[in-house]
Amino acid sequence: MLTALLPEFNIERDEDRCIQCRVCERQCSFDVYGYDADHNVMVHREENCVACQRCTVLCPTNALLICESRYAYKPNANWTREAISDLKKQAETGGVLLTGMGCDKPHKNYWDHILINASQVTNPSIDPLREPMELRTILGRKPDKLRIVNGKLQAPDYPSIELSTPIMFGAMSYGAISYNSFKSLAQAAYEFGTMFNTGEGGWPKELRKYGSATIVQCASGRFGIDLEYFNDASMVEIKIGQGAKPGIGGHLPGEKVSEHISLTRMIPEGSDAISPAPHHDIYSIEDLQMLIHALKEATDYQKPISVKISAVHNAPAIASGMVRAGADIIVLDGLRGGTGAAPKTLRDNVGIPIELALAAVDTRLRNEGVRNWASLVASGGIRNSSDVFKAIALGADAVYIGTPALIALGCTVCQKCYTGKCAWGITTQDPYLSKRVNPEIGTQALTNLLRAWSLEIKELLGCGGINSIESVRGNRLQLRGIGLEDWELETLGIRGAGQ
Amino acid sequence: MKRIYAKEEVCIGCRLCEIHCKVEHSRSKNIIKVFKEEVPPPSRIIVEEVGPSSFALQCRHCREPYCAYACIAGAIYQDEATGEIIHDPGKCIGCWTCVLTCTKGAIWPDLRGPRVAARCDLCPERDEPACVELCPNEALYVVEED
Repeated sequence: MLTALLPEFNIERDEDRCIQCRVCERQCSFDVYGYDADHNVMVHREENCVACQRCTVLCPTNALLICESRYAYKPNANWTREAISDLKKQAETGGVLLTGMGCDKPHKNYWDHILINASQVTNPSIDPLREPMELRTILGRKPDKLRIVNGKLQAPDYPSIELSTPIMFGAMSYGAISYNSFKSLAQAAYEFGTMFNTGEGGWPKELRKYGSATIVQCASGRFGIDLEYFNDASMVEIKIGQGAKPGIGGHLPGEKVSEHISLTRMIPEGSDAISPAPHHDIYSIEDLQMLIHALKEATDYQKPISVKISAVHNAPAIASGMVRAGADIIVLDGLRGGTGAAPKTLRDNVGIPIELALAAVDTRLRNEGVRNWASLVASGGIRNSSDVFKAIALGADAVYIGTPALIALGCTVCQKCYTGKCAWGITTQDPYLSKRVNPEIGTQALTNLLRAWSLEIKELLGCGGINSIESVRGNRLQLRGIGLEDWELETLGIRGAGQ
Repeated sequence: MKRIYAKEEVCIGCRLCEIHCKVEHSRSKNIIKVFKEEVPPPSRIIVEEVGPSSFALQCRHCREPYCAYACIAGAIYQDEATGEIIHDPGKCIGCWTCVLTCTKGAIWPDLRGPRVAARCDLCPERDEPACVELCPNEALYVVEED
């Protein structure tokens, strides 16, 4: 059938530079390029291009330029190109529009409306290159009061996990991402002394040696779960929701369920892996409490149990219930959090930004006097080290990053994860493509990222005259808002710049 | 002696090693000139590919060097001390017997000037062979072996 869609991107090839080596053709997983032997030229199918830029980066002569399409509809603020294209796609397919990664709509990004304080005259700033800086982070329930026996401080009774930096890798399952990507995350977290999250797709046996750096998930599909799975890990996370698609489950198509994934997920090879939208045994806070305690029993009260929810309108009340249900760690996943596949309308319109949800939850738990019962992890929409710093000052104990980690592995946020054809070898199970992530290079890139952010956080601490990240937690006086209205400042619990 | 090894599990079959090998052994060493203005030399490395599996292959410096046994001009010989297979283009008469006998398919006729055989010379002008240094996924590495 003739498609009425315009190509999204233009491909400009400099014929003076192209040597017809056909690297672009081999690298493109979207069937954009071909070779015309009669004329010794490369040919293009522009309509297939997703601007993943794999060809541009690999082209040895820089002969390629992929740029935004010059094919245009008449400009219209309401009937934008995206709006028209979406309608045409739906008219042609009759289906739900799918997409990948996080919300790409220009909703207000509150990180960009928050500024950080620095020391001048009255309190000295600190040079992090010359003085020790503490980024060590402990997650888990904290005691209501210190217990001292015979003059000695006693260790708390609650299990906790220790991180060398307040940055962890968020849940991305083996299945959603390739084995090499998954392994890179595991190795990097292990080497750097932080945690990665297996997501809900199980945990391959050969990676259990990284248990001290592993958070395992118990999600609605309950894939790959047994007693060992919980006990080999450092923390267990109950996944209720995901920022990119609050309120809906997941679906890993059968063609991605290879032999190894089938073993890891404990489902038959080639069968669809369907995660239901809700946990069918959790319909109330009391039900959640039962699962939390079942997991605590299963792990002999040795592992902290976290509960992850999407940032939604009534997140503070839900979080309060979760803490009372026994969650040691609460994870909030904001509107801009990524995913391998989600209905576009859901991704872009459901949930609230993490900045607001985080501040609101922290405030609520403080007001109720239960903030120390659980650690708070912010997730979904963290882009750089200053976002991490701001999140911690708003009340987070640590953050999860997903998209930044994938970008470190090569991702260019082309949003085609759901096709299974990721040309960078990240969100694919095609053995030809998944080799493109070399776990050695991937591990190095990810540890570099963690190192760079950690150094930058130390710089931010130093300029504020603070030598420990602990002193920034919930320290909203470090922040001021700019370009925000009163209700926004009130929700964030910060003053306006100049106040 | 140096030996190049391939990591099959991360070779992405892009064949850039072949391109960079040609450039390194060209007259100008300028990638665009090589392909636009010169006759490119044969690549001394070749990517073998079956389905999703691939790896780059070049002279393996066999312990049983059929190429050296077969060479009628004495242009290919095995260094007794290191075991390295050495090819002297000055003696090569371009009979291609080595090309025929190489069990790996790692010797190619170079027809650009005087007919000589072309095989991996480990890029003597570089610190590291071009294919190894420029592989985008670090799928090739050099090992110094006795």
